[in-house]
Amino acid sequence: MTEHKHSQREPLVRLAKREDLSRGKKWAIRLGAILLALAVGSLFILVLGHNPLAVYKEILTGSLGGPSTRRVTVRVAIPLLGAALAIAPAFKMKFWNIGAEGQIMAGAIGATYFALFWGDTLPKPVLLLVMALASIVVGGIWGLIPAFFKARWGTNETLFTLMLNYIALGIESYLQNGPWKDPSGTGFPIIAMFGQNARLPKVFGVHVGWIIVLLLTVGMFVYMKYSKHGYEISVVGESESTARYAGMNVKKIIMRTMFLSGAIAGLMGFLVVSGADYTLNGGTSGGVGFTAIIVAWLAHLNPFAMVLIAGLLAVLTKGSNAIQTSFKIPASAADVLSAIILFFMLGCEFFINYRLIFRRSGSAAPEKGGEGRE
Amino acid sequence: MNNLINFLTAGILAAAPLLFGVLGELLTEKSGNLNLGVEGMMFMGGIAGIVGPYYYEKAGGTNPYVALVIALVCALVCAGLGALVFSVLTITLRANQNVTGLALTMFGTGFGNYFGEAIGHADPSGFLSVSASVKSLFNSPVFPAPLVNLPVVGKLLFSHNFMVYLAVILAIILAYFLGRTRTGLNLRSVGESPATADAAGISVTKYRYLATIIGGAMTGLGGLYLVMNAGAGVGGAWVHNCINGYGWLAVALVIFAVWSPTRALWCSLIFGGLACMRYYYPISFIPASIYDIVPYIVTAVVLVFVSLKHSRSNQPPESLGLSYFREER
Repeated sequence: MTEHKHSQREPLVRLAKREDLSRGKKWAIRLGAILLALAVGSLFILVLGHNPLAVYKEILTGSLGGPSTRRVTVRVAIPLLGAALAIAPAFKMKFWNIGAEGQIMAGAIGATYFALFWGDTLPKPVLLLVMALASIVVGGIWGLIPAFFKARWGTNETLFTLMLNYIALGIESYLQNGPWKDPSGTGFPIIAMFGQNARLPKVFGVHVGWIIVLLLTVGMFVYMKYSKHGYEISVVGESESTARYAGMNVKKIIMRTMFLSGAIAGLMGFLVVSGADYTLNGGTSGGVGFTAIIVAWLAHLNPFAMVLIAGLLAVLTKGSNAIQTSFKIPASAADVLSAIILFFMLGCEFFINYRLIFRRSGSAAPEKGGEGRE
Repeated sequence: MNNLINFLTAGILAAAPLLFGVLGELLTEKSGNLNLGVEGMMFMGGIAGIVGPYYYEKAGGTNPYVALVIALVCALVCAGLGALVFSVLTITLRANQNVTGLALTMFGTGFGNYFGEAIGHADPSGFLSVSASVKSLFNSPVFPAPLVNLPVVGKLLFSHNFMVYLAVILAIILAYFLGRTRTGLNLRSVGESPATADAAGISVTKYRYLATIIGGAMTGLGGLYLVMNAGAGVGGAWVHNCINGYGWLAVALVIFAVWSPTRALWCSLIFGGLACMRYYYPISFIPASIYDIVPYIVTAVVLVFVSLKHSRSNQPPESLGLSYFREER
């Protein structure tokens, strides 16, 4: 950077990097961003002629108001949190896995196979275990495919994982319309409901999945922060060449991490079919794989923060169903609101990382590397 | 023979929305911005493009040509606004391009379905739709009947609606702009090496903003086409989730077309054909649900092949997906 001369025209706003912001201030900025996002979101509610405050209140009461609605909200949060945990190591590695949706579906297909065709022959604990394993393996393979090509030839993983979403959905539709169609159904192409053996038991009114994802949260935190694998993932994410110079096997790390990512997402597919829906259909993933990306990113890939954010988005999702019935506001409002929150959270990071210096106040102390370009 | 001509005609009709998406994203990516929000911007363009003429007709407007202009302007502006949000976040506020693009897709998808459903429910008919005269403007051939009725070529070349030709003209203009003009050269330099461009006095910020917004607006036309065209479904009415992955296919096709507008023409045509092939050439042993996902399978395979082939001229813009911080040079 050339020397900055004060006699020259100084830009109105200059930027300076700042690293001294306290944790409290950071969270204050983020909280402010969420409030602003809700304010902007209320415009969308106003357009339809409703009172935003009443609608927001209904979102809260419709998702947290009673014990049964709370249980549903938790049920929504389970796969969301799990899929976010699945995405985290991949994103940390800067491997843009947007295929959680398909990996959930792949895992669900794997689990459903055993539920449908081995449901009568295996005892319940064994059957559930086999279903879980099947979902882990199939989901893992679904994540491994793009990782293999990425590691080998640098194939664009964003689009590859995305295409695999559609392919998994197509396979599900094929199974539902053909070989797995319920023979006792009335000709309508659906997959039969699982037998009692293939259904997850409940703890405190919600299927045991919630315990599994909470354990996974702790496990993922330890894995990313304290394990050798976690360290390798972050080095590959920062710079592949650094990792290679350090003697790491980058290809192996990419494939291993993506297998893990797909496996966890696949396990979520098992939790959905065996714990919540008791069957497989086209809506089994239901956009969870995409919303999970928001969860993971908003949480800065921190597993414990993900619990909070997944809870928040589950409230939004469940609450949006409530406002659909009481206000006739389309449930897509959940997508709009969560995307707006994400926009603001993405934007506010800038104000956490940089300081704006306006022409008059900052002219006395030009800082190194802090020149603006607006 | 007749079946083949019908198939090719349908393929061209299915290719046009893809082409709008590909061209818009191509222009964006040439500036170094990787906007994964094409799907979302198509939703935004599609919903605005039908809501505009819908309210025009509600207000008593009857001139279909005015409705058509309103539709085009609304689609361009709304999708462009989506791209503006992306630009502010990634260029000025330096947010991660991948995540911002995904957020835009989620926003646009929700935005389209939200208003589509809400306005549809409020309408006495239960649907958000435009009148038959507006719909026919978007679907009938622009050329006079004698040309359209020519054997073979008439149907293949002259029977399409105006948006098909608009897409082709856009491709030609874009090819000329990028390859033959000074501004196009500047834009490419911004995408290849923003630091060099900056040193040469080119405003990286300005070029990126403009390319992203104009490109985004172009993808919005693809969304408008999908909503208005009867080839894919109802036509002239909002259908829940009507974009259905077309935006993502467009992003993939940019890679397939190796960032060349003229190659984008052929690539879109191939994929348009793949998308509607099963209606013309059903294959008995392939179930419909599998036939449906052929374009996605082919895309995945193409992605692999493109990455296998490392020729110097077929590379993405050098700084694609990277934000430019002058201070961090």
